[in-house]
Amino acid sequence: MSAQPEALINATIQFDAVTYSVNGTSRIPASHSERPPNTKEKILVRDIRLSIAESETVVLLGRSGSGKTTLLRLINRMLEPSSGTVLVQGRATTQWNPYALRRSIGYVIQEAGLFPHFTVEQNIALVPGLEKWEKPRIDTRVRELLKLVGLDGGDFAARYPRQLSGGQRQRVGVARALAADPQILLMDEPFGALDPVTRAELQKEFAALARRLGKTIVFVTHDLREALLLATRIVLLEHGKIVAQDAPENFLQVKHPEVRAFASCLDTDGAPGNVAGSRSDADEGLAGGGGQP
Amino acid sequence: MNAYTFFVTHGAEIFSTTLEHLELVLISMAIAVALAIPLGIFIVQRPALRTVALGIASVFQTIPSLALFGFLIPIPFIGGIGKRTAVVALVLYALLPILRNTYVGLTGIDPAVLEAATAMGMTPWQVMWRVRLPLALSVILAGIRTATVITIGVATIAAAIGAGGLGTFIFRGVAMVSDAVILAGAIPAALLALVADGLLAMLERRLRVS
Repeated sequence: MSAQPEALINATIQFDAVTYSVNGTSRIPASHSERPPNTKEKILVRDIRLSIAESETVVLLGRSGSGKTTLLRLINRMLEPSSGTVLVQGRATTQWNPYALRRSIGYVIQEAGLFPHFTVEQNIALVPGLEKWEKPRIDTRVRELLKLVGLDGGDFAARYPRQLSGGQRQRVGVARALAADPQILLMDEPFGALDPVTRAELQKEFAALARRLGKTIVFVTHDLREALLLATRIVLLEHGKIVAQDAPENFLQVKHPEVRAFASCLDTDGAPGNVAGSRSDADEGLAGGGGQP
Repeated sequence: MNAYTFFVTHGAEIFSTTLEHLELVLISMAIAVALAIPLGIFIVQRPALRTVALGIASVFQTIPSLALFGFLIPIPFIGGIGKRTAVVALVLYALLPILRNTYVGLTGIDPAVLEAATAMGMTPWQVMWRVRLPLALSVILAGIRTATVITIGVATIAAAIGAGGLGTFIFRGVAMVSDAVILAGAIPAALLALVADGLLAMLERRLRVS
């Protein structure tokens, strides 16, 4: 199934033989974490062929430096392929106006990257503002989104990011990414910096939200549990190449050694059906359902 | 004559000289800010020019002030005796702290914030105006504060090349061996510096985004 010819028309996002490399002279993208230290003519992703259909939640799984963040950044043209083509809505990213492309794609990163000088409301209103929406429409949308991410009670809209907990900041990050109702959502380890309890809460809530919204989601993580919980398809990367991909219910049966390596990090009984159960056990053990929104 | 009587009898003259001093400082600072901040924004986008710009600015700051006045006097159009030469020298002095802080402020921003700004679809210009500059404001202001205090001090020396200001009293007092006349220049100059420093520090704290 992984070798089947890609259906061009239905793909929301498509990687067509995409390679991305950096050398000593080219601009090294300002990303956090994923860059290997030696960047002298370094191929970060090689010959990627991947087709992502509408409403899929594709989780890019891999170790640090496996190229997953690079793939994400190729989608919204934060990076351009060294060779090959990335198509978004059937159009090469290099043919898109980069700003229009990025405004039509939601983006959530670790630590949220909220603007510290903007209130929660201003943070969420950013893309609608760039898109020149009318003020009343923006206000309505901000209220909708705060409700959607569970921050509608209290005075959250007027707070600054520093006045929020890590989990709350990440909720605002999700709301901000959804503000202009993008069809595509890119998420780069969005829950990676949270404490385990808050992370589990947000993962569960987000899994429900994702199913409800029907967005096309590309989600980067190095956490197999998270991948099994959220994905409709897991794509495993190793050294810049796709080495395995499958639905979460079949993924653990894949024989590739890197899949085995990830699987061995799960609890003794790591069958996907039991993952949700084992997580909630862990939650109870940790905080008795406490935590915070 | 003691200092107190001198202050009372020459109050009006001291006051107008203080204003003259302040004028010299404000004009120089306005020009320095107008040059250094845009230049700082520019070198953030052209890293190749950064070393050159900061290097030249720091050369000006390293030259002793009286020597800098001396170098400028023989230069046609900008030189000569008087206020104009003084303003040129004060501007050159004030450039470095403002330029350096502008650069440091604009580049010292959380990379995650800049990444998010770009990924949201902001143009580089929007990232500069709506993210970098507001977040760098307090750092830039700290540079302006340093520059202002330096300028108030160096401006007293500008009296040596006929630029007027509070240095006039100090040089005259030294020549007359009169403490009262020296203090008539030194006290207002010191107060100006302290007040300017305090006010700008207050503003800086208000603008800081933590």
